[in-house]
Amino acid sequence: MDDWLILIPVLLPLSTAILAAVLPKSRAVQAGLSVAATALLVFVSLAIFAKAAGGTILTVSLGSWPAPFGIVMVADLLSAVMLCITSIIALATAVYAIADIDRERLHFGFHSFLQFLLCGICGAFLTGDLFNLYVWFEVMLISSFALLSLGGGKRQLYGTIKYIALNLISTLLLLSAIGLLYGMTGHLNLASLAVAVPQVENANLVTATAILFLIAFGIKAAVFPLFFWLPASYHMPPVTVSAIFAGLLTKVGVYALYRVFSLLFTHDVEWTHTILLWVAGLTMVTGVLGAAVQQNIRRILSFHIISQIGYMIMGLALFTKAAILGGVFYTIHHIIVKANLFFIGGIVERRTGNPFVRNMGGLYRVAPWFSLLFLVPALSLAGIPPLSGFWAKFLVIRAGLDEQAWLIVAAALFTGLMTIYSMLKIWNEAFWKRNPERPDASLFDAPPHGSHGAPPLSRAAQFCLLAPCALLAALTIWIGLWPQPFLAVADQIADQLMNNEAYVQAVLHSRQSPLVETMR
Amino acid sequence: MNSTILKAATRILMALILIFAIYMLLRGHDDPGGGFIGALITSAAFVLYKFAYGSEETRKIMVLDSRGISMLGIGCAIAAGLMSLFTGKTFLTGLWLPAYVEGRIPLPVSTVLLFDIGVYLAVTGAVLTIVLALEEDR
Repeated sequence: MDDWLILIPVLLPLSTAILAAVLPKSRAVQAGLSVAATALLVFVSLAIFAKAAGGTILTVSLGSWPAPFGIVMVADLLSAVMLCITSIIALATAVYAIADIDRERLHFGFHSFLQFLLCGICGAFLTGDLFNLYVWFEVMLISSFALLSLGGGKRQLYGTIKYIALNLISTLLLLSAIGLLYGMTGHLNLASLAVAVPQVENANLVTATAILFLIAFGIKAAVFPLFFWLPASYHMPPVTVSAIFAGLLTKVGVYALYRVFSLLFTHDVEWTHTILLWVAGLTMVTGVLGAAVQQNIRRILSFHIISQIGYMIMGLALFTKAAILGGVFYTIHHIIVKANLFFIGGIVERRTGNPFVRNMGGLYRVAPWFSLLFLVPALSLAGIPPLSGFWAKFLVIRAGLDEQAWLIVAAALFTGLMTIYSMLKIWNEAFWKRNPERPDASLFDAPPHGSHGAPPLSRAAQFCLLAPCALLAALTIWIGLWPQPFLAVADQIADQLMNNEAYVQAVLHSRQSPLVETMR
Repeated sequence: MNSTILKAATRILMALILIFAIYMLLRGHDDPGGGFIGALITSAAFVLYKFAYGSEETRKIMVLDSRGISMLGIGCAIAAGLMSLFTGKTFLTGLWLPAYVEGRIPLPVSTVLLFDIGVYLAVTGAVLTIVLALEEDR
């Protein structure tokens, strides 16, 4: 069945991007448009989720070309959940941007690029075609490049160049890998590939291609040893941009890994997923150790993205149903928490005027509620019960114990411990210790000559900065206190990923395709 | 660059190049060509004009701002895709108008053509944005 509903998450941001580019560049128009469009996106995603949660896999064959030939968009439960999280983060970002994005960036079309980025992310989550996935990665890359470099000086470009260079290499590898796979099987459609890849005679070639995919998506997901572009670039752009990048971009890479290594490359799990497991362990440990020595608040958080990616890859690498369940749950939890930490970090940074924790302080005295707001995602990231991170870590580690993978479990526990250390470093420095320079400055009292040159904020602007943090913190607490519905969804996703029959059926039998019979 | 020869030649060449670009755009449905190629050729014409007369003048002869052209293009492409929804078909399904020249030769007016024109405008706008930005940011 064709279901045009799943086209809206792509078309809505795309149309909004056009509107934002042609409409006047006033703050009210641009921000209003962005917020309205992302709010609508939340509703559409929830509608898709409601349909997908019923167990149906929604598909659309674009241009009425039947499945193996044309491009199909597919929304199974994993895609639907990722869409929901994306739209929620997008809404939070659009609201935060009202107060955070300056006039110059607004004039250069910030909201337009933001919507293009969303279009790319949603497209990547929805596509059922490998080459199309590459195209969506390009859309994301170009718009994120624009967002990174927009209105920035030399310093900002420095990080941007690293970002773009590494990502271009990744794209190139991805393209070669897709080419190899196409050469072997003659297919680009993920569902037909799932049927065709196990039939390839030269299994070693398939494994080699799988590793190429691992490297290509690994760069996007920032896994060990391909992560160094991330901490080099994420602390440079405005907070709004780093928050949406931190929340979503690397997770698209993780999603692609989940998709490819559960649907296509399951012929030699011993070999490929063992590599994944090592990658996962090393990613966790290097990420968290990197964070330990950082003093710049957004760099600390950036390194923690990397260490957390390790847990998600660990879920995929163990490749049992329980582990995939844990990995998916972890991804949901992590996106919310990480975007929130960047939002809060941005507010803290704005008050001090520079990003170094040693210059911060005294926040607990002047803004106790805000401090509490920081503690929720921070402790959740570290995995303290009863917050969402506890369940996420618990699920992944229990799956590791079931598989008797002691080494990775030890690494995961160690990483959790070190995460507490980093979060407490921010807490002690920024919140608890006495402010070295201006002990009585209130939360939104920016320094007169700060690096932002930030003007004092109106009440409405303060609300725009705090509301997204509160919303995401509430979600974190909700997942923590009442995880059953999320677990049930993650369980269903794990089911779908481990048995890809339904996915293949939904795509290839959506129209009576003559090819399916001949392929079997 | 200030060359009378180039300026004089540009006036003729630009017209030729633009006609060729439209030709490439229209033949693209069945033969090699299409919106992307047509757009690159069009941009080449404007780049030539820019070399002869400078980017200030080039902006003047472009009816819309280059970003506006891009956005118009993407808008055309989306509109072309959405039209098929009204007939109950999937997004991007091609639709043809039953149009004939002199009552017998079929004239292929379709949403596919509109989509291609969208690509043409989007790429022209994007290339011109980049070229003009490179010229001015010195």
